[in-house]
Amino acid sequence: MLQIKEHMRVNKLPHIWCPGCGDGTVAKSMIQAIQKLKYDKDNVTVVTGIGCSSRMNNIMDYNTFQTTHGRAIAYATGFKMAKPEMKVIVVTGDGDGAGIGGNHLIHAARRNIDLTVILINNYIFGMTGGQFSPLTPHGDIASTSIYKNIEYPFDICKLVEGAGATYIARGTAYHYALTEKLISKALEHKGFSFVEVITQCPTAYGKRNKMGDPYDLLMWQKDHAVPVEQVSKFSQEELEDKFIIGEILVRNDRTEFIEANEQLKERARSIKGGAGK
Amino acid sequence: MKSKAGTVRFMQGNEAVAEAAIAAGVKIFAGYPITPASEISEIMSIRLPQEDGIYIQMEDELASMGAIIGASMGGKKSMTATSGPGFSLMQENLGFAAMVEIPCLIVDVMRVGPASGMPTHPSQGDVMQSRWGTHGDHPMVVLSPATVTEAYNLTVEAINISEKLRTPVILLSDAIVGHLKEKIEVPEKVKLINRKMTRQPAEKYLPFATGEDCIPEFAERGQDGYRYHMCSNVHNELGFPNDSGHDAAERMLKRIHRKIEIHQDEITFYNTFDVEDAEILIIAYGCVTRSAKDAVKTLRQEGIKAGLLQLQTIWPFPDKIVRRFTANVKTVVVPEMNLGQLISEVRLNSCAEVVGLNRADGLVISPQAIIDKVKEVK
Ligand code: SF4
Repeated sequence: MLQIKEHMRVNKLPHIWCPGCGDGTVAKSMIQAIQKLKYDKDNVTVVTGIGCSSRMNNIMDYNTFQTTHGRAIAYATGFKMAKPEMKVIVVTGDGDGAGIGGNHLIHAARRNIDLTVILINNYIFGMTGGQFSPLTPHGDIASTSIYKNIEYPFDICKLVEGAGATYIARGTAYHYALTEKLISKALEHKGFSFVEVITQCPTAYGKRNKMGDPYDLLMWQKDHAVPVEQVSKFSQEELEDKFIIGEILVRNDRTEFIEANEQLKERARSIKGGAGK
Repeated sequence: MKSKAGTVRFMQGNEAVAEAAIAAGVKIFAGYPITPASEISEIMSIRLPQEDGIYIQMEDELASMGAIIGASMGGKKSMTATSGPGFSLMQENLGFAAMVEIPCLIVDVMRVGPASGMPTHPSQGDVMQSRWGTHGDHPMVVLSPATVTEAYNLTVEAINISEKLRTPVILLSDAIVGHLKEKIEVPEKVKLINRKMTRQPAEKYLPFATGEDCIPEFAERGQDGYRYHMCSNVHNELGFPNDSGHDAAERMLKRIHRKIEIHQDEITFYNTFDVEDAEILIIAYGCVTRSAKDAVKTLRQEGIKAGLLQLQTIWPFPDKIVRRFTANVKTVVVPEMNLGQLISEVRLNSCAEVVGLNRADGLVISPQAIIDKVKEVK
């Protein structure tokens, strides 16, 4: 078994994350998934946007781009069209991916383009100082909601399901082994795959909401996660403040976007002379 | 019909842009519908798949710009086309392309703005947006065609410049040139420039190191260990956020400007008509050039010594050219379909007095309006 440092830019350490942050755990799950799948490092591209999670690809020894806030999926879409043979992964956060970049998430899912999007949900804008995000729970405290958040979050997995994603899963930093397995399945899935990983931000979220130290935050994840296989054992009420982990949806009834383009090219070439000439 | 130069066709300006882009090697087009640019998307959706390329309709212009940058990072020539409002949405990512030195072509077919303006009447209102639309200090190359033939040729030039100088290039067209149909000789072959590829092995490759020409070398990803980083922070030669202080940061920013400056002569395109003995010089660009040319003809017939300098490259502003052609004239007239944009640059560089002729109501500046203006200032 390879050590994760074999896939890291060790000379770029230390990373920028706070002690106790969940981002590093997700990085480890992701690298281990890639290593176990025996992907060639040259053949993996990790695209990020802006935010704490987006600094992840600085320290990973793959092809890496850090793009503009919210737009990583758009960049990755273009890159995948140019390099269809590559594994293209987008690492994003709840601000980057569910807020400013939400539209790109919907449409990449709808196109079923072969990207794997890992959305690290720490319920807050960390890097900019703890403002509430579209996924911050109702009633929570953020630097821009000290009188409690009056907005409501939404289930990002349900959103991408509605948009047509063909692989959807949720893990947590606490359930890091499960998360690794889910990322691995997402990477092997042909089509748009989405993994939400719930993590802890002790600095900008946990402290303000008096949730304790990183250990307590991890325990919170443990206590609030319901494995998808066990959902039926819970009442609707019991599920109210919980979230489901595991493989939420797998479907294989849609042609992947790049493959659909190859089919389209065949049709275009078969039209005699072409329409533009 | 075939002539010596190529195939004679009757073509629309937007179609010429699309065909030229394909001839110049564009393989990926990402766009979002907007009048008066939509024909470019439509034609690309038909033509690109025939040429083993991909047309993708994005969810908005932010995404279009992101996708073409991503495609170019993957080594493919890419482009988008839009009009003023969409162009505004592209500006953040356009800054990324300038900063990270990603070649790509952005076509802005101008219409009256701001906002929805007068959809979709022609205008030249995006001259300053094309130069200064994105944030921060950045260089920008902008070409502006006046005819369908120029739309074709300048599209090829724009793509070549972007590849050679590793920079985004804007083709600033307008609703008149975009929708106009006229005769064009489509060349059999066009001159192609591809970005400079590195010869360094991966261990020695510095993605943002440059020599005298200030142009970084590209490395194809997916093989031989070229796994480099690109980010939009002010970066070092390795592509990682600058960690060597403010001097290094400024050096990087100045280099991307210098890269354009030292190549300015070869990317400056212009035409002149009757300038040799001109006393009054009209400086025009884009669709207004057509009326200006006509006006000069009439004025000459009336014995008035008028001439025309058409700027095809408007950014970086052709300062030397303007100084040269204004050295011996009495007055300079700058007709623009806006309330006065490029005129400020002309004023900065002109050796003679500069007078504007402006119109921002969605209607063309007629030859007669230019004739009247010239007579008024004569
Ligand atoms: S602010 Fe929060 S999310 Fe950001 S590095 Fe610190 S703990 Fe992690």
